[in-house]
Amino acid sequence: MHHLLPLLVAVPLLGAALPAAAGRRLPRAAVEITGFVVSGGTGALALLLLLNSTPPMTEWVGGWLPVGGQSVGIVVLGDGPALGMATLASLLTLAALAYSWRYFDAPPHGHTGAFTALMLLFQGAMCGFALAGDLFNAFVFFELMSVVAYALTGYRIDEARAVQGALTFGVVNSLGAYAMLMGIALLYARTGELGMSAIGRGLDAHGGPDALVLASFVLVMTGLLVKAATVPFHFWLPDAHAVAPTPVCMLLSGVMVELGVYGAWRVYGTVFAGPGGIPAADLTRALVTLGILTAAVGAVMCWYQRHIKRLLAYSTIAHTGLFLVGLGVLTPEGDDGIALYVVGHAAVKAALFACAGVLLDRFGSVDEHALHGRARSLRATGVMFAIGALGLAGLPPFGTGLGKSVAEEAAGGPLTVGYVLVSAITAGAVLRVTARVFLGLGPRPEDAEYETSGSGEEPETGGLLRRVPDTMTTVPAVLLAAALAVGVAPGFGDLVARSVNEAGSGGAHASAHWTAPGVLLGLAATALAVILAALAVTRPTWLAAPSWAAPLRRLQSGHVGDYVAWLLVGTTLLGALALPGVLGG
Amino acid sequence: MSHAMDVLPYLVAAYVFLTGCYGLATSRHLIHAVGCLAVCQSATYILLLAVGYRAGGTAPVFSDIEPGSRPVVDPVVQALTLTDIVVGATVTALLLALVLQIAKRHGTVDPDELRELRG
Repeated sequence: MHHLLPLLVAVPLLGAALPAAAGRRLPRAAVEITGFVVSGGTGALALLLLLNSTPPMTEWVGGWLPVGGQSVGIVVLGDGPALGMATLASLLTLAALAYSWRYFDAPPHGHTGAFTALMLLFQGAMCGFALAGDLFNAFVFFELMSVVAYALTGYRIDEARAVQGALTFGVVNSLGAYAMLMGIALLYARTGELGMSAIGRGLDAHGGPDALVLASFVLVMTGLLVKAATVPFHFWLPDAHAVAPTPVCMLLSGVMVELGVYGAWRVYGTVFAGPGGIPAADLTRALVTLGILTAAVGAVMCWYQRHIKRLLAYSTIAHTGLFLVGLGVLTPEGDDGIALYVVGHAAVKAALFACAGVLLDRFGSVDEHALHGRARSLRATGVMFAIGALGLAGLPPFGTGLGKSVAEEAAGGPLTVGYVLVSAITAGAVLRVTARVFLGLGPRPEDAEYETSGSGEEPETGGLLRRVPDTMTTVPAVLLAAALAVGVAPGFGDLVARSVNEAGSGGAHASAHWTAPGVLLGLAATALAVILAALAVTRPTWLAAPSWAAPLRRLQSGHVGDYVAWLLVGTTLLGALALPGVLGG
Repeated sequence: MSHAMDVLPYLVAAYVFLTGCYGLATSRHLIHAVGCLAVCQSATYILLLAVGYRAGGTAPVFSDIEPGSRPVVDPVVQALTLTDIVVGATVTALLLALVLQIAKRHGTVDPDELRELRG
């Protein structure tokens, strides 16, 4: 079985070659069917491997087995989390391709296959990053994933905003990747190994952590946290997500950002968790601090957006912060909860982006203010948008709610309040949009001074849609059903918990199921979200941006140089947060 | 003296990386910014090659020397550097293409004047 693991990378990469090479000669339907077959086939294979991932598999690609503990081969991991992320990426790619079925207007004429080819390449790179068992291949797939994502973000090259967002995304993410490579080089200098578990053993053999270990930890984590859009590395994300084509947003928000979180979990657990690495207390301090900061900034900025895709992008940042907090407490329950949360969040967020895409293509705008009351006729989309908001709030029995309640219990204490508040604020913002855009409730709000409006966007279809194609309503419906199934399917939580704990968590096993406090907290977050949305719609002045929020918005300047400066600040901050243990050790 | 020479390549790598970051942060021209990103990446080449260096080592090519007859530098980091250069070429090409497109659509390549996405 484990010999099939490299196929998860090879099949999409080879599958991308066909539409890229022959796309302009093939009819569009043939290209899109190729995309379906390849992404769906890879997804099915990933699912099959995932169901057989107990005990975890490893594969040395091409039969380059280690000899006497020395290896030059490429190792591929096949445990629950790796295959789970690969499955998630593959299925979400399939959903995004189905969403863009024949509707997506291809601006570079004569390159019919370009979009499908890029999406398959993106899928292959994400699978490769998820499965990578050595740090250098993780870096290569990280960069491949990033480069394809820049190209997809700037896919509509005729749009001024799209190319600007793509460039910002490119510069910040590549700089993060180079920092990660510097860290990998330092780890290789210390241990002479590139395999993650081999580096971990090498560090432990060398003794306690020192400056070199700290530097490599900070540099590697910088790269991964840039991808995970952690404050203050997060500035690229709203700019990229606001301008990327909708199917691409579904993948960026649903799984690529989460792969950064997954990478941080994997690298810490395999490389730095031993006695020669970074002490657990320091990792907890770093991740929980940055996670709280990320969740708070994401939630506040999410609330004050009127550009609907930007609003959803900030809610992704807020939820990523929650993921980091859950992983940062370093308990098996936290890991299980976040795994479920990531799966549920991916489905909900992709569905919300899909609904926002319907608005964009129907009205040529994703501006909450300009669309006020205009989308009354889109009942199905409106209902799904509201259901997506409830999923974001973690209403039981959504998968997000299950994951959140397990993570809340693991985090405990004041952090629980953070989980409730952040999910309520982001869900409240989405409900507010639903009430204004789809129901036309409340007065039309006033414009702020410093913001991206979301009006005057080009639709992604050939022209404005008269009616919404079935694929564009079916895909979000299926995604929302999937988010519900994650929370409802009996035994799914325990299955995820078992496979996550088998791969990490030091062999400790926990279970993940609904508990009474978890259900109550989920209901409380939903109720709070509804109250916030109702207040915002009926009493706009009460919840208008206070003066302290203005500087926060001004930080998001759209200037790539500022973002690079913030990246350096973030790296320093990460180093300062992880420093005490190294000094004490 | 020899200790200083051991540390020097690492200091150079850090210096080059930070220089590139400074250039990126203060850039007034996007092509210059993409160039600065390439400078940052050059720091990774220096670091990788410095990590693999052996005193008195020669190139790890065994067509004209007996394996084991004399020290060679680490071939793994050289393979990594080559891969890294390929990655860098891809990134630079793509970003320069985006800069061209920005110049066409915005009529400027000064990041200070690109203020459409904010807040």
